[in-house]
Parts: sequence; C-alpha cells; structure tokens
Amino acid sequence: MKKHGLSSRRKIYIGTMKWLMRICAGLTFGLVIFLIAYVFIKGIPGISWNFISTAPTVIPHNIGILPDILNTVYIVLATIIIVVPLGAGAAVYLTEYAENKKIVRIIEYAAETLSGIPSIIYGLVGMLFFCEFLKMQTSLLAGALTLVIMNLPTVMRTTQESLKTVPQSYREGAFGLGAGKWRVIRTVVLPGCIDGVVTGCILAVGRILGESAALLFTAGFAHTLNGIINGLCSSGSTLTVALYFYAKEEGEFDAAFAIAAILMVLTLLINFAAELVTGYFRRKKEL
Amino acid sequence: MKSKKLLEGFVHGVFLILGLITVGFVLLITVYLVISGIPAIKKIGLIPFLFGKEWASTAAEPKFGILPFILTSVYGTAGAIVIGVPIGFMTAVYIAKIAPPKLKSAMQSAVSLLAGIPSVVYGLVGMLILVPGIRKLFGVPDGASLLAAIIVLAIMILPSIIKVAVTSLEAVPKEYEDASLALGATPIETYFRVSVPAAKSGIAAAVVLGVGRAIGEAMAVAMVSGNATRMPSFFESVRFLTTAVSSEMSYASGLQRQALFSIALVLFVFIMLINAVLNFFLKREKGD
Repeated sequence: MKKHGLSSRRKIYIGTMKWLMRICAGLTFGLVIFLIAYVFIKGIPGISWNFISTAPTVIPHNIGILPDILNTVYIVLATIIIVVPLGAGAAVYLTEYAENKKIVRIIEYAAETLSGIPSIIYGLVGMLFFCEFLKMQTSLLAGALTLVIMNLPTVMRTTQESLKTVPQSYREGAFGLGAGKWRVIRTVVLPGCIDGVVTGCILAVGRILGESAALLFTAGFAHTLNGIINGLCSSGSTLTVALYFYAKEEGEFDAAFAIAAILMVLTLLINFAAELVTGYFRRKKEL
Repeated sequence: MKSKKLLEGFVHGVFLILGLITVGFVLLITVYLVISGIPAIKKIGLIPFLFGKEWASTAAEPKFGILPFILTSVYGTAGAIVIGVPIGFMTAVYIAKIAPPKLKSAMQSAVSLLAGIPSVVYGLVGMLILVPGIRKLFGVPDGASLLAAIIVLAIMILPSIIKVAVTSLEAVPKEYEDASLALGATPIETYFRVSVPAAKSGIAAAVVLGVGRAIGEAMAVAMVSGNATRMPSFFESVRFLTTAVSSEMSYASGLQRQALFSIALVLFVFIMLINAVLNFFLKREKGD
C-alpha cells in the first residue's frame, strides 16, 4: 500500500502521468487567462464614447460601431422570437405527443445532424433560400432566419431536458381531473419548461453573438444606422462581422481589438448568466 | 364535445408540424446543396474536380481542381487533432478525476468560456501573435500559413474535446475504480488503466467531434492561413474547403459560383461521414 513499496517502473509511470496532466491542465487554463488578458489590454484603450455611439464615416475618418451594436441586438431579438416557439414546440411534441418511436428517432437524428453542420454551409444555404429564393435580399431578417435553423437544436434539447423533469404524476393528476391533452400541456407541462427555454435562449444568444460565417452572405456588411423595422429589411453587419471586416479587409486592428474586447465582455456575461441560471434551476428542483 | 375534439386534433397537428420542422430544415439544406452543387461537377467532371491540382477560377481558361483545398482541410484537421487531442485528453482526466472541487469548477468555467469566444476573436489574436511569431521563428517570408491555422484550430477544438471526455469519464461506475484501488493500483494508475478504457467510446466521440469542428471552421482559419490556392505546405499560405467558399462567394458568377457550391457539397459530404462516425460512438457509449 505504501508508495515506497512500488517498483520504480510504476513510480516513473505515475510521476510522468501526473506531471503531464498538470502541464496540460495548466496550459489550457493559462491559455484562457492569456486570451482574456491580451484582448482586454489591446482592446480597452480603443473603446471610447465616440466609438460606441457613432456611425462610421469616411470623411472625416471615423470608426464608430453603433450600427453594428444595433444590428446585433436586432438579429438576436428576431432570432430568439422565432426560434423559441419552434424549438419549444418541437420539444413538447417529442415528450408529450410522439408515440411513434420511429418519428422520434428521425427528429432527434435531424437535430443532431443540424448541430454538426458548419456555419459556412448554413450561410450558403441561407443565401440561396432566404435571400434568393424567397427574395429577401441580403438582410438582417435573412440572417436571423438562418440563425434560427442553427439554434433550433439547442433550444429543442434544453427544453426537452426540462420537460423530462416534470413528474409524470402531475400529468396523470391533471388527466384524472378530466383535463384534455391541450389543457394539461398549457397548465402543467409548459410552465415546467420555462427553465429549459431560458437556458436555451442564453446559449443561443451566445452563439448568435459569436457567429460570423453564417452571416457574411445572408446579412451582409453594411454599417448604416437603422431602426429595427428598416434594419431587419436591409443589409447590416453584426459586431463579429464588423470585427472580421476591420481586421481582414481594412487593417484597422485597434478598432478590431476594441470590438473583440466588447465581445469578450459579452461572452463572460453570457457564461456567467448560464451558470447562474442552471445553478438556480437545479436548486429550485431540489427544494 | 365535438369542438373540444376538434381543438385537440388541431393542437396535435400544430405540434406535429413543429416537431417535423427540424427534419424539414435538414432536407432543405441537403436538397439545396445537392441541387446547386451538382451542375458544376457535371460540367467539370467529378474526377478533374476532386483530383485536379490547380484552381484558377478567374483565369482566361479557368481551372477548377479542388485537391489542394481537400488536402489542406485534411492536413489542417489532422494537425489540430495531433496537437489538440493529447492536451484536451490530459486536461479532461485532470478535471474529471484529480482537480479539487474549487479548481474543478473554475476549470470547467474556463473551458466553457473557451467554447464561447467568437471564432473571429481567435482569428484576430492569431493574426497578431501567431502569424508574426511564425515569420520570425522560422524565418519564412509570410507567417500566414497552414501551421498558424493548425494551432488556432487545435485551440478551438479543445473545449469540445474536454467537455465530452469529462462527461464520459465522470460516468464511469465508481465500482470499477474501487475494485482497481482495492487490488492495489494507485489512483493515477486506476484513472488511466481502468477509467479511461471504460470511457473509451465517449473519448472517441470527443475526438470525432473535434474533427467535425476543425474541418468546418471558416472565419478564424481565413484570418491566419493566407488563402493562396496551392498544394498544402506547412509554412506557406494555403486555402481550406471552408475558406475557398467564403473568399470568392462575394464576387463569383457563372460556373465559378456553381463550383463554389460544389465545394460546399464536398464539405457537406465530409461532415455527414463524420456525423455518422460520431453517432456510432455515441450509441456505443449509451449501450455500455
């Protein structure tokens, strides 16, 4: 049992593995810290009131990201509003209605397939279907609809998981009192899936904020200041697309890093919110 | 009574449609990619398209061979896996088995954060650190290269690998480990010789998931890999399947545009194969 009783071969094996693990874990952790620190150090000096509150102009040379911020907000709102009913509805169908095992398997396989498809392919199909076939042109709405397809599996899965935790006895109780299926779903099942929907929304918002490849050819890269209705109908770049543009096409690295810093803050907030929400719902369930 | 039945039927129908929307989307994507990807392959010919070594889409006599892109994607993904998997695997064992509770939750948050960072941010940091770094370190004229892309991809696939591997390592029944410990194995030996083999399907799934992520990444890779249409070489500018689509789409027309859709179709076929392999491992993990 004692350590010094081990053969030297075993000792070397144990020591190597232990240190390899520590080095790799340290590397991963260090990488995250480094990325955050680097982006903040390079980006925060570039953030000014002028930067976040104006639209860009060529003469005088001015880089402002207000249009990009607003476009991001519009696209997040539009996507969430559309994807929540679709995703939650699909989850309700799977857990409450579907009796045919085959249909369930097909739907779940489809959701898995969707979550494996790379965003550039979504962008391409979004462009062909929404922009060209449905004649929406390059617009935020076309971008949002593309993102709806991308995020559908996420919302569906989180909702499904929360529906599974609604005790079967609640449903049986409601049926026993003479309620119809739809009434049971409305009064017993749907309230139980709120936490899943909220978690799904947070994850979806995080993914939308970070998405760029799917938006390049569907939402475009204009920097015009628009209201929400006009905005959804016209082309516009989100923060990530703007970052790509400033860094790759224009070589404006200060602006790119300032946007990166803003995105990093948003990512931190989203992750924090996700952890908070899952923790809150878990505690609530245990009570 | 009749109106109630009608309502129930109606609601059932609505939910059925909502449930089938996912299937509809998958069909939509597949049909669109196949319909728009086939014409160019027909015109160019499948063999010259897949195995042609030269891509010159805007030349007077255009050439549409995508072998360089396919090989770049394969090499890039393989490189990312070679670097990313060992690091991710070791980190996963550390998180799942060894880290004290506080460190464990801190590391898990760090890993989720890594997953949440937008790919363009990885690209931007790569552009400013990796590209000049490779130029200076190896004395090459331009640091935007396959190597830079491999490093960025290796970092980007870490969170997917770690998360899936941790989940499957944590699902290993405690009795297995207890038995091994009782037979005199030390904890570290137990983790690597009992827990890891028991979780091997899940770990395999983690690797396949990493392959899928790496082959599909476009923006971060576009920012650090240069974009030249030559056969892949470590220290030179290269173009991936994904970046081939994104870099010419905005101005392409005619056969060139159709050829880009065909590239997307090839990428889609790759992804479908990877998904099938992933499903195989996930199912085995569940079956165990």
